[in-house]
Amino acid sequence: MTAGRLPDPYLMAGTSSFAEFARTLSPEVLPRLPEAQLAPHGTTIVALRGEFGIVMAGDRRATMGNVIAQRDIEKVFAADEHSVIGIAGTAGIAVELVRLFQVELEHYEKIEGVALSLDGKANRLAALIRANLPMAMQGLAVVPLFAGFDHGSQRGRIFSYDLTGGRYEEHDFYAVGSGSMFARGSLKKLYDPSLTTEQALIAALEALYDAADDDSATAGPDLTRGIYPVLTAVDAAGVRILQDQQVAALVATMMDQRRQRPDGPRASLGGTR
Amino acid sequence: MSVPFYVSPEQVMKDKADFARKGIARGRSVIVLQYEGGIVFVAENPSRVLHKISEIYDRIGFAAVGKFNEFENLRVAGVRLADMRGYAYDRKDVSGRSLANAYAQTLGTIFTEMPKPYEVEIVVAEVGHTSEEDQLYRLSFDGSVADESGFVAMGGSAEAMSEGLRSQWKPGMDLTSVLKLAVAMLGSFGAETHRELPAGQVEAAILDRARPRRTFVRLSPSRVTELLA
Repeated sequence: MTAGRLPDPYLMAGTSSFAEFARTLSPEVLPRLPEAQLAPHGTTIVALRGEFGIVMAGDRRATMGNVIAQRDIEKVFAADEHSVIGIAGTAGIAVELVRLFQVELEHYEKIEGVALSLDGKANRLAALIRANLPMAMQGLAVVPLFAGFDHGSQRGRIFSYDLTGGRYEEHDFYAVGSGSMFARGSLKKLYDPSLTTEQALIAALEALYDAADDDSATAGPDLTRGIYPVLTAVDAAGVRILQDQQVAALVATMMDQRRQRPDGPRASLGGTR
Repeated sequence: MSVPFYVSPEQVMKDKADFARKGIARGRSVIVLQYEGGIVFVAENPSRVLHKISEIYDRIGFAAVGKFNEFENLRVAGVRLADMRGYAYDRKDVSGRSLANAYAQTLGTIFTEMPKPYEVEIVVAEVGHTSEEDQLYRLSFDGSVADESGFVAMGGSAEAMSEGLRSQWKPGMDLTSVLKLAVAMLGSFGAETHRELPAGQVEAAILDRARPRRTFVRLSPSRVTELLA
């Protein structure tokens, strides 16, 4: 386009359709679908680290725009016997990615006779995420959270990722998905490096509750249907996925306390907790 | 111009088979047996890292005798085939039968088409949900398959060991007694004279029927010592 005259599309011979003309010149004036509402989306995953290892938890909701696509989707999985993976983003691609990642780890272990190191696993996952970049650019993004027990350094470790496969180690706690900001805010007030496994599981539940409280795409515990968050813990002995009754008991305690104080545990201002 | 010597196909096959048999007979033996809780693999193997026994898939195990590079090549192919099928379809759709079939085709083709046949003998074992559903396939260097029940012995003194197992193995034995039986057999026939096989020379693994997903468990030297005590 040269200065002082109309832009090229105005001067082009051709269509008498306004819609087509508008699409060429400035598509933003046309009505359009909000991005990627056609596929179910997974929402909030939280993870935190203690001296025992790590805890990871996820809510059970998948959304499609304003619609709840699924109430009981599982978004936290055992990647192998010593690590777990949680996923937020386009559910179909994410679940497939987890399946591929699980086979990747097992395949290596069987062929080589030894399991990959935790760093090796985290790097493999980064490569798989990077391969999904073209899809992510079209709005079908997957954001995983990976955590496990590192037998080399004898501690739990948490890894977060971006869409380009960037891998970042998180030192205390982290959350991904639509409710992650609220969950992270909640964990910030609840986290203590000396938490026991039991306390870390409760902190994860509280964080998911706070996320569900403020984010419509994250589900709280569904008491009438008995659908509870998935809670997992990894320590030196391996992955433990809590049974429904165990989670139900933790949820019941939390709900009793929330009835007294709906916003959850209060952090103290200075002094000791 | 010289005329190449004519060698009859019968002679070629016989020579190849003799060659393979000799190669296999030189190596140490492996025994695979059923016990009440699953399937146990026992090998005489002084190496801690060069395995003769390995995991293929959730319910499938592999054991081999003969040339290491040749059976290692088959083992890796088996793991790839199983993982590919399990990923493309479902974990339930991976079967010992189809794996045994793929191995049979491969070994058969190598035997007829290559100048040197593989000097290996392998067992593909699949643990079922009950002992009646257990499957033991024995594959030879020429691609022949046998569907065995109860036990399989391979390697140098396979015949003699099978004889011994036939009289002493019974269905429903527990892990300790089958392991003791297998180690005694390996000790009696593996060498010229009878000897006690030390636990450090034994490589052992089980397909444990009771485990939920991956049933293959390698028995550590300390566990083997404990079981043999």
